[in-house]
Amino acid sequence: MKYIDEFRDGEVAKTLAFKIARLAQPERSYSFMEFCGGHTHAISRYGLSDLLPPNVRMVHGPGCPVCVLPIGRIDMAIDLALHQGVILCTYGDTLRVPASEGLSLMKAKARGGDIRMVYSTLDALQIARDNPERKVVFFAIGFETTTPPTALAILQAAQEQMRNFSVLCCHVLTPAAISQILESPEVRQWGTVPIDGFIGPAHVSTVIGSRPYEFFAEEYRKPVVIAGFEPLDVMQAILMLIAQVNEGRAEVENEFARAVSRDGNQKAQDRVAEVFELRREFEWRGLSVVPYSALMIREKYGSFDAERRFKMDYKSVPDNKACECGAILRGVKRPQDCKIFGTVCTPENPVGSCMVSSEGACAAHYSYGRYKDMTP
Amino acid sequence: MCLALPVKVIEVGCGPAGDWAMVDLGGVKKEISLALLDDVQVGDYVILHVGYALSKLDPEEAERTLALFSEMSESVAAAS
Repeated sequence: MKYIDEFRDGEVAKTLAFKIARLAQPERSYSFMEFCGGHTHAISRYGLSDLLPPNVRMVHGPGCPVCVLPIGRIDMAIDLALHQGVILCTYGDTLRVPASEGLSLMKAKARGGDIRMVYSTLDALQIARDNPERKVVFFAIGFETTTPPTALAILQAAQEQMRNFSVLCCHVLTPAAISQILESPEVRQWGTVPIDGFIGPAHVSTVIGSRPYEFFAEEYRKPVVIAGFEPLDVMQAILMLIAQVNEGRAEVENEFARAVSRDGNQKAQDRVAEVFELRREFEWRGLSVVPYSALMIREKYGSFDAERRFKMDYKSVPDNKACECGAILRGVKRPQDCKIFGTVCTPENPVGSCMVSSEGACAAHYSYGRYKDMTP
Repeated sequence: MCLALPVKVIEVGCGPAGDWAMVDLGGVKKEISLALLDDVQVGDYVILHVGYALSKLDPEEAERTLALFSEMSESVAAAS
């Protein structure tokens, strides 16, 4: 397909690998965090780590919405489906995330919960129109890419005066998470993740633009290169990051200029600002409670807010003790460092959320990289 | 989760409010919403995410990025 195949050319990848190897100075080491799960997936799927010299290391970041969703939030969705009699609409990604009491949305569905997988908020709205006698809740997760479609759904529901539609809002913000990684005491204390630069999100940036990352470049002196999700995009971004580090620069550069501008999609940002406001705090798996890192529905649209409507409270639930998702999401451990990786915890039977989504660091390594670690 | 694909717009002005478009996704036709984008024309490529077009693809910028890659092939060939 156009705009995909050209960016997956193996011969060009070899050239880029050669160029990276030539530019990387042997006496120094480079650690770059790819924030997004989309990049993590591309790196694993196309074996990009194998194309890099040993002193260039990619650290997987927390940019997988499924992976950072805490157990307590899934519990809320399950409660709606099992005890409030709603039709719970959700993106397929969340279905297998482990929740309390050995449940997941998939298992709750098997117990009789009316849980329906949708592709788009448009589908959730249609389900609400088709079932006027039922309450329909859309379980909204995701970063800035996925937030504007939720905002539009709420605006549409308001326009149609739909009384049976509401949203359980779990939308989170990328810049807040990057700050937390750079600032959090754990990372300082561990001291094992020196990050020399970031690969910035592809599709999140189509919405928010490249401007929000300028703060990180200036304040923390970290280079950021926004990159597309195709393998050549990632390779090119790594090359650009190495060049910045070598030259002592810390700038925001945009490799994904074919889809990302400095200001992003203003129309989408306006819709989001109309419907949502900052949440005072939100718990992330792996990053703990992060201030002003998520969105909630404004009072004006309160009748479409499932948390208000069903008077729900968030209860924090600790992760499985053996699970290292927290450390993996902060970049201080790798999937293969976790004791239960690939044995107890597999994509078929995930214990931690990083094993659920194909963008999760553990699932990506399990699917594409684990054989490299095996000793004959 | 942030999975999105470049798709070609083959018809605009669809849907009840006229803000839907028909797109071609490697031969598969699908109706999507253009509610988040202005000035989309037939023939444009847009980035599609969960049923919505998020941004327009700039063919010139895409060419420039590809040219950067091939430029590099030549310089590597010259160096080796």
